[in-house]
Amino acid sequence: MSNVIGIGAAPKRKEDQRFLTGRGNYVSDIKIPGMTAGVFVRSPHGHAVLRGIDKTAALALPGVIAILTGEDVAADGLGTLPCGWGISNAQGVPMKEPPFPVLAQGKVRFVGDMVALVIAETPEQANAAADLLDIDYEVLPAVVGVLDAVAPGAPQLFDDIPNNICCDWELGDKAAVEAAFRKAAHIAKLSLVNNRLIGNPMEPRAAVADYNPGTGQHALWTTSQFPHVVRTLMSGLVLKVPEHKVRVVAPDVGGGFGVKQFHYGEEAALAWAAKRVMRPVKWVASRSEGYLSDRHGRDHVTEAELALDETGKFLAFRVKTLANMGGYLSTFGPNIPTNLYAPLLGGVYTTPAIYCNVKVVFTNTVPVDAYRGAGRPEATFVLERMVDVAAAEMGIDRVEIRRRNMIPKEAYPYQTPVLVQYDSGDPMGCLDGALAAADVAGFGARKAESARRGKFRGLGYSTYVEACGLAPSRFAGRLGARGGLYESATVRVHPGGQVTVLIGTHNHGQGHETTFAQIVSEKLGVAFDNVDIVFGDTDRVQFGMGTYGSRSLVVGGAALSKAADKVIVKGKKIAAHLLETSEQDIHFEAGKFSVAGTDRVKTFEEIAGAAYVPHNYPLEVLEPGLEEQAYYDPVNFTYPGGCHICEVEIDPETGVVQLLNYTAVDDVGTVINPMIVEGQLHGGIVQGVGQALFENAVYDDGSGQLLSGSLMDYCMPRADHMPMMNIATHSTLCTHTPMGVKGCGEVGTIGSPAAVINAVVDALSHLGVTHVDMPATPNRIWRLLQNASLPIAAE
Amino acid sequence: MQISFILNGRPTSVEVEPSMLVADLLREQLDLTGTHVGCDTSQCGACVVHLDGVPVKSCTLLAPALDGATLLTIEGLQGEPGSNRLHPMQEAFREHHGLQCGFCTPGMLMTAIALAQDKPNLTEAEVRHGLEGNICRCTGYQNIVVAVMAGAAAMHAAGGE
Repeated sequence: MSNVIGIGAAPKRKEDQRFLTGRGNYVSDIKIPGMTAGVFVRSPHGHAVLRGIDKTAALALPGVIAILTGEDVAADGLGTLPCGWGISNAQGVPMKEPPFPVLAQGKVRFVGDMVALVIAETPEQANAAADLLDIDYEVLPAVVGVLDAVAPGAPQLFDDIPNNICCDWELGDKAAVEAAFRKAAHIAKLSLVNNRLIGNPMEPRAAVADYNPGTGQHALWTTSQFPHVVRTLMSGLVLKVPEHKVRVVAPDVGGGFGVKQFHYGEEAALAWAAKRVMRPVKWVASRSEGYLSDRHGRDHVTEAELALDETGKFLAFRVKTLANMGGYLSTFGPNIPTNLYAPLLGGVYTTPAIYCNVKVVFTNTVPVDAYRGAGRPEATFVLERMVDVAAAEMGIDRVEIRRRNMIPKEAYPYQTPVLVQYDSGDPMGCLDGALAAADVAGFGARKAESARRGKFRGLGYSTYVEACGLAPSRFAGRLGARGGLYESATVRVHPGGQVTVLIGTHNHGQGHETTFAQIVSEKLGVAFDNVDIVFGDTDRVQFGMGTYGSRSLVVGGAALSKAADKVIVKGKKIAAHLLETSEQDIHFEAGKFSVAGTDRVKTFEEIAGAAYVPHNYPLEVLEPGLEEQAYYDPVNFTYPGGCHICEVEIDPETGVVQLLNYTAVDDVGTVINPMIVEGQLHGGIVQGVGQALFENAVYDDGSGQLLSGSLMDYCMPRADHMPMMNIATHSTLCTHTPMGVKGCGEVGTIGSPAAVINAVVDALSHLGVTHVDMPATPNRIWRLLQNASLPIAAE
Repeated sequence: MQISFILNGRPTSVEVEPSMLVADLLREQLDLTGTHVGCDTSQCGACVVHLDGVPVKSCTLLAPALDGATLLTIEGLQGEPGSNRLHPMQEAFREHHGLQCGFCTPGMLMTAIALAQDKPNLTEAEVRHGLEGNICRCTGYQNIVVAVMAGAAAMHAAGGE
């Protein structure tokens, strides 16, 4: 019967049938008898005092059931939305952590800040009531950019947080860096902006809440990447109800990219409201509402300096960044531009001294938190742009300067000066592979051909490493994490030998139902079709920290592997009894328990059957049943990396950047399903290309209005923006994860922005252009060309 | 008002508000939740259905426009209700990993089938251009483009739709 599909194979995905036929089960598809409609009323002002709310007219409309505001939240004693990381400055002074109420109290601090929840029989009635709600705002000046927010005289978001600074954070040996700069032969400098992004999973956020007074049980269906964490945070810290009385379900979720890995106020408000009105409440965000409330990403302003010796060796790297947190601290907010940023500034290079200072700043914008890559794309962008700037200034080839500074394969494990120790890697191998695959040797001829058509062609490199597989709990705890970062899996073997896996990660596009089934199929010798993966329901799955930081396979897959090992250990005990031999003599391979050196065999199915029908079974020493659980807490991050090479052509007439070729050679460790890995890389790269060329969340200063407030104004990558990408892997195995896996969810987004912008700058370098901020839109390039051509041409 | 139309091969008659959108009619009133709504500005294409054989964004179409028309949604693609048989374009999306989270997939499929019906020999450039009204955040489009070309070839090898 064996139809084992194991590690390295590329079966078609188990999850596809339901999605292809319109039979997925997304939160917005859910209907419950008696369900009401919830609509959130959001602040239209970036910064205002909330003087009063008159509900009278709104409540009088037909169908309106309740209108809840911050006063009701306070009266019911709800807690505020928790931040999961507490960072401190170098002196150990904790970050400023202002309360983030579920519904605004006293003041609103960004356009989209939630002021009220209107519940009515239908969404139309709720919207009508929301329009009639009479809210008295005293509008204050808003500040949206980090440079403005820390300037003297800037509007202050919180009375007790001077200069809007949440934390003045640093990492690295400042004195060693200063000493290295003093003896440098060359110092290269770069100022840049890492543009603010909106994650845009295609499924807008949504939630349905229900409360059963008969059992005292809350239920919440939500578009979440980590339902167990939502349950823990919401029950314990916000609703203040016992955790076992709360069920959180994240069913099919239409993409996450970080946007859905936070505990949002909407979730707590709806769960609380469902109990107040004793009816189920459903809320589905519109895309525009998502723009005003989904946590945004990136938004840094950075000054970087690289000290080099006369041969181009990096001596020290100094980075000063202002990072935008928005109006409040979101779940992971302050962790992203600090702990997930500065430790990556070593990149794949042997830079001996690094210092990074990050000022984490409040502004009147949507809270900023993790978005695919989360801190690591920002670090990679600073470093890989800096390397190109230094190479150009010193007249060293961009590939050559990378080679001179790269960590050789033999030097792993490699301790960086910024906390992290890379266990494995071969950046030179990735670089060589990418140079060949991208036909860099033929670039000169291609550039000449473009020039004959009046176009500027450029080539850009990004050789990068990231830290993922979040993470060792102990390490994270030292950095300020207020939770653990392990993962759990249960392998439930049924009496017939089929397997259900219950795992704490969440699948929202990554193909876990397929990849994890391959792991079980290989380890237990069970047919691929006889393995199903269950996730996303706190009433079914024991516990879990969820999916983010490329951790599902690395941490969850490891827990699964461990649980499967435990099944084998128990199976051997049962087999030893049935085969009348000692446990040590039982050999398990390809779904068969055999007595070493004999033809006596019990199949996996027979052992499962014996475990559940224990007539002939060692009941004195062994429990019946065949179900094992494992929790796995890794000893280190994993460090995927690689080399991306991008080739662009710029039309000087229009400023349009056309992406012609994209090559990536990535080291993601062991590949379980190459089809799925390639898909993750494609998607990740295009999200990075989106940041580099198209996407930009723009606020109006003063009013705090989001100008890029819909898909009409925020440019997402489309099919015709991209050529066919050329993807390959060059794997070294992770030395500390059970299967040698490293994770692949974010590498594309981390490696690509620098490759694209380095190509754009290369294409324009003959005009004296040394840097282009993202996104490199036609408008920005065209203006740059207009400004460049006059003085530069005269030189 | 009462409207009558052919929905996935079956005559259907429903009472609707004149202001109701087809996407809402399908999802909320007829419980056909395979058609998705991913935006509010007619950009994302997750809601594409076929109205008299033409791909339209059901989030921007009022229900009265259905009266007397023929409507095909993702649920009607496979032929017989309950059949697990896939349309050649669905098969191609599975074969070439042309979907990840699945949210944009129904709209992508409906657009792709219409593209392939119009042009027997689709080029990569035509596919990329033809998918401009459908946004996918997961796949980077590469495998969707490959799938649409393969699905189009399979549709025509099978003799049309």
